[in-house]
Amino acid sequence: MTLDYKGATEKYEPTLGLEVHVELNTNSKMFCSCATEFGAEPNTQTCPVCLGLPGALPVVNGKAIESTILIGLALNCSIAPYSRFARKNYFYPDMPKNFQTSQYDEPICVDGYLDVEIETDEGPKVFRVDIERVHMEEDTGKSLHVGGSTGRIHGAEYSLLDYNRAGIPLVEIVTRIIPGTGKYAPQVARAYVTQLRDILRSLGVSDVKMEQGSLRCDANVSLAPIGSGLLGTRSETKNVNSLRSVERALTGEIERQANRLEAGERIIQETRHFLEESGLTRPGRSKEQAEDYRYFPEPDLVPVTPDAKWIEELRAKLPENPADRRKRLQKEWNVPDSEMNSLINAELVDVVEETIKLGAEPTRARTWWLGEISRLANEKEVAPTSLITTAFVAEIIALITSGDLTDKLARQVVEGVVNGEGSPKQVIEKRGLKVVSDDSALMVAIEAAIAAQPDTAERIRGGNIPAAGALIGAVMKATGGQADAAKVRELLLKHLGQG
Amino acid sequence: MAAISRDDVAHLAKLARVEMTPDELDHMATELDQILGAVKRVQEVATADIAPTSHPLSMSNVFRDDVVKPSLTNEEALSGAPAKAEDRFKVPQILGEE
Amino acid sequence: MTNIHSTAAEMASALATKEISSVELTKQHLDRISAVDGKIHAFLHVDSEGAIAQAEAIDAKRAAGEKLAPLAGVPIAVKDILAQKGIPTTAGSKILEGWRPPYDSTVVAKLKAAGVVILGKTNMDEFAMGSSTENSAYGTTQNPWDLTRTPGGSSGGSAAAVSAFEAPLAIGTDTGGSIRQPAALTGIVGVKPTYGGVSRYGVIAYSSSLDQVGPFGRTVLDTALLHEVIAGHDERDSTSINAPVPQVVAAAKKLDVKGMKIGVIKELSGSGFQAGVSARINESLELLVAAGAEIVEVSCPNFEYALAAYYLIAPSEASSNLARFDSMRYGLRVGDDGSKGAEEVMSATREAGFGSEVKRRIILGTYALSSGYYDAYYGSAQKVRTLVKQDFEKAFAKADVLVSPVTPTTAFKIGEKSNDPVAMYLSDIATIPVNMAGIGGMSLPVGLAEEDGLPVGLQIMAPLMQDDRFYRVGGTLEAALLSKWGKPILSNAPDLMVQK
Repeated sequence: MTLDYKGATEKYEPTLGLEVHVELNTNSKMFCSCATEFGAEPNTQTCPVCLGLPGALPVVNGKAIESTILIGLALNCSIAPYSRFARKNYFYPDMPKNFQTSQYDEPICVDGYLDVEIETDEGPKVFRVDIERVHMEEDTGKSLHVGGSTGRIHGAEYSLLDYNRAGIPLVEIVTRIIPGTGKYAPQVARAYVTQLRDILRSLGVSDVKMEQGSLRCDANVSLAPIGSGLLGTRSETKNVNSLRSVERALTGEIERQANRLEAGERIIQETRHFLEESGLTRPGRSKEQAEDYRYFPEPDLVPVTPDAKWIEELRAKLPENPADRRKRLQKEWNVPDSEMNSLINAELVDVVEETIKLGAEPTRARTWWLGEISRLANEKEVAPTSLITTAFVAEIIALITSGDLTDKLARQVVEGVVNGEGSPKQVIEKRGLKVVSDDSALMVAIEAAIAAQPDTAERIRGGNIPAAGALIGAVMKATGGQADAAKVRELLLKHLGQG
Repeated sequence: MAAISRDDVAHLAKLARVEMTPDELDHMATELDQILGAVKRVQEVATADIAPTSHPLSMSNVFRDDVVKPSLTNEEALSGAPAKAEDRFKVPQILGEE
Repeated sequence: MTNIHSTAAEMASALATKEISSVELTKQHLDRISAVDGKIHAFLHVDSEGAIAQAEAIDAKRAAGEKLAPLAGVPIAVKDILAQKGIPTTAGSKILEGWRPPYDSTVVAKLKAAGVVILGKTNMDEFAMGSSTENSAYGTTQNPWDLTRTPGGSSGGSAAAVSAFEAPLAIGTDTGGSIRQPAALTGIVGVKPTYGGVSRYGVIAYSSSLDQVGPFGRTVLDTALLHEVIAGHDERDSTSINAPVPQVVAAAKKLDVKGMKIGVIKELSGSGFQAGVSARINESLELLVAAGAEIVEVSCPNFEYALAAYYLIAPSEASSNLARFDSMRYGLRVGDDGSKGAEEVMSATREAGFGSEVKRRIILGTYALSSGYYDAYYGSAQKVRTLVKQDFEKAFAKADVLVSPVTPTTAFKIGEKSNDPVAMYLSDIATIPVNMAGIGGMSLPVGLAEEDGLPVGLQIMAPLMQDDRFYRVGGTLEAALLSKWGKPILSNAPDLMVQK
C-alpha cells in the first residue's frame, strides 16, 4: 500500500536542511569589473578573469563583501573577524578555472537564525531556523545543449557555453538541520525562503527573482521513523524555482522517501531535480561517491578581516526586519489580517507605506492600490507598481480628500496617468476633470433642470423630497458628472424652499 | 603512510582529468612513492603548535570598487576557442547535469 | 661604441644622446638572435616586426622631443609565461600551442609603457616546472658557456638570451629559484623581488603563493633599472604590495657596504656544495670584508625541510592552477571526434598536452590536497613555511643581508638529471627558502669554478620589501670583482660565432 503525505508524516519524521543561493545585485562581478546585466548577448560580459584565461587574477568586489555582511547581520549571524576564500576544485565546463572560488572552513558569517511563523492546526507557531553559515562564492557560466533528445551522446550533439554569468557574486546561506517540524516541514521551508527573500529584498542586495535564478533553493530532507531519534539519509532537491515549488518539492520528496522506506529500500544520498509540471523529483548525479573537492585557501586573494567599526557601520544601515515591519504597519493602519495578507500577497506593502508617507490618507492609499490600480494592472498583466508612481497616487488621493475630485473622476485621472497622458494635473487639465463646485455655474444647471421639469419642481416644493432625485440626476447629466451630487442636492432643495 | 598503489594513481589521475595508460600508472606510482618518501619529512617538524603560513605577506581586506569596466568583445573572448558557434564556446557534449 | 656587448645602462645613454637609434640597436640584437639562437634556442618566438615597429615609435618620440623613460628603446626578452596581447604565449607547453592572449600582462604593459622593446618570448620549462628547460615542450635551451650543458631553469631561455648577448635584459619568473639558478649557471645577474613587489597579473600561474616576476641583466645596475620599470602596486593583483618601490637603482649605485652585516647561512655552506663553488663564495666574502662589511654566521635549522615543503606546496597549487587547461575555451583540444563527451576530451587533451613533469606534479598536488591527506602533506608543508620564515626573521635580526651559493654545482650536463626528479629538485635547495618566506634574493656572478671554468653565483637575500639591500651589496661586490678581474665575467665565455 502506498502512503500519501499524511500517512508518510504519521509514520516518519522529516528533517530539513536548506541551502539558498542568492545572486547579489552588484554592478560588477565578484572578482572582476565585468557587468552583471541579465540577458546580455552571449559572452559580451566576460574578461580574462571571468573566462579563466591563463595569468588572470581575481580582485574582490568590496560591495559584495558589504552585502554579505549585511545579510549575515540581518540573519543574526556573527561576522567572522577573519575569513578567507578557498578553492573548491572540480572539473565542469561551465566553470572557467575548473575551481570555484568559494569559502570553506572560514566563512564570513556564522551561527545565525531566523524565526519563521506558520499556521498550524493549533494556530500560528514560530519555528526557529538555525543558520550555520553565510558565505561568498561565484556563479558559473550557462550551458546550452544542442542536438539529440535521448541524453546519450551521438554524433551531432554538443554543448554551447556562455560565460556572462560566470563570476557573478553568489551568497550561499546554509541552515543547520531543522528538526521537529513534523508534517509542517514543507510549510516551514516555504516560510523560511519567503522570509529570507523578503529580508534580502529589504536589504536591497539582490533582485531575489526565483524565476530568473537570482534566488535558488536546494532543499535537503531525510526521514526517520518517528521517535527513533535517528537521522536518515538525505536527498538534495535542486531546480526549485518558486516559493510554491519549495513546498511541493518537499511534500513530494517526503512521500517518495517514505514509500521507499516502506518498501524496505534504502534512500540513496543524491541530488534530485524538481519537475515543475508533475511536482515530482527525478534523480540527478549520485553523490554516493563523494566528490573530493580538495579545498585549500585561495592563494591569489588575501583574507577578509572586517573590524568592529565597519561591522557597526553596516549594522546601522540595516532596515527594519520585514516581518516586524509588517506587524507594525498592520497595527498602525489598523487593518484586519485578510487585508494585510492581500497587500503582502500583492507585494503592495511598500508602495502603500510610501504613498501614506507622501501624505495620502491611509485607507484611501490601501484601497486605491488594491482596487483600481491593481485592476488596471491585472488587465495589462503587469505589476501595479509599474503603472503609476506613489507620488502621483498620493497627489490624486489628496485631490479626493480635498473634494477636488470625486472617486469617479479620480478613476479617470488614474486611467489617464496609466495611459501616459502625463501627471495627474496634466490629465485633469486635458480631460477637463475638475469637480464643478462653483455655485453659480451649478445654479444655471439647476434652473435649467427645473425649467425642463416644472411638475417635478412643484412636487418638491410641496414637500415630496424624494422626487429631488430626478432633478439631481438631470443636473449631474448636464454637468457631465463633474458636479458633487451632495452639493447639487443642497442647492436644489434650498432653491425650492426645502433647505 | 602506505605506499602509493597503481589504483591510487588511477584515482588521482581521474580527479585531475589526466588520462593515463597502464604503463604510465605504474611508472607514476613508483615515482610518486619516491617523491612522497622524500617530502613526508615535513611531518617531522610540523607540530600542532605551529600555525600554518599560506601566504608570505600578512595583508588583508584588498577590495576593489563596484565599478563596471569594459569587457572583452565577443570576438576577443572567443578568439582562442578551439570551436565556437552562435557566439558561444562550442564544446563536446556535457554529460550529467548540475 | 654601443653594440650588443654594451650594458643596458650604456645603451640607454647612447639612445638618449642619439648616438644610436632604437631601430639600429634592435636590429643588432635581431641579427645576433638569427646568428646564434640556432645553437642556444633561447627564444620560442621572435617578434621582429613588432620589435622594429616599437623601436621606430620610440625613435619618433625621441625625435619629437618627448620625455622618455630611462630604458626607452632598449631591447628585452620576455619569458614565455607572461601574456602579451596577440603574441603566441605557451608557457613552454603543447597545451597552449598557438594561443594568442587577448590581453597584456601588467609587466608587459609596463615594459611597453616604458618604451622597452620586446624582442620575443623565451624558452622555459613547461609551466615553469623544472630547473633546466629540459621540460620545455619545444626543445631544450643550451648554456652559452657550454652547449652540452643546461642554462638552468625554469627561466633558462631568458638567462641564456642575456648571457649570449641576444638581449641586454630579460624578464623571468621565480617560484623556487627559476630566476636565480639560471642566472648563476649562465654568469649573469638575476633578481627575485619580494613577493608582491611585481604584479603577477598575466603571468601564467604555477604556484600562486610562491611565483614572482623578476629581472635579468648583465650588471647589477642594469638589473636595477629593469626592476624599477616592472615593480609597483597593481590593482589587478590582490597580493601586490601597496607601498613605494624600494630605491634599487640608487642602491645599485651606492658602492658602499661599510658597517653592513653579512650573514652566512651555516646550513647552506660547506658540504654538499661543489668545491669550486664554495671557493668563489669565500673569495667574495673576503672582498666584502675588505669593503668594510662584517661577516656573521647565522643558522637556519629548518631550511632542510624547505625543499620537501616546496615540493608539496607548489604541486598542490599547480594542480589547481593548471585545471583550467581543459580544451574548452582555448589551447589544444584532442580527441573531439564527435563521439566523446566533454569530460573524455578534457582528459585526452590533458594527457596529450602536458609533459611528464607537469603530470607528475599535478598528480602529486592532487594527492597532497585530497581529503584525508591534506593535513599530513599540504598542511604540514605550510607549517614548515612558518618555520622557514621564523628562521629568516631570526637571521635578519643578526644580519642586514644573508648570503649563500645559489646552486650546489655549476651548470650540469643536459640529460644528466632528467630521469631523476629528486636529484633535479635538489638543485633548488638554496633558492627555495627565499620563496617560502616571500623575501627577495639576487644571484650575482662571482667568478668561475676552478674545476670546470663555469660561472658561480652568490645569492644575496634581504628581508621583505628591503630589496635595495641586495642591490647595494651586489653592486659593491660587482665593482670589487670587476676591478680584480679587469674585465666582465662574460668575456670569458666562448665565442658563439665559432663554437660548434
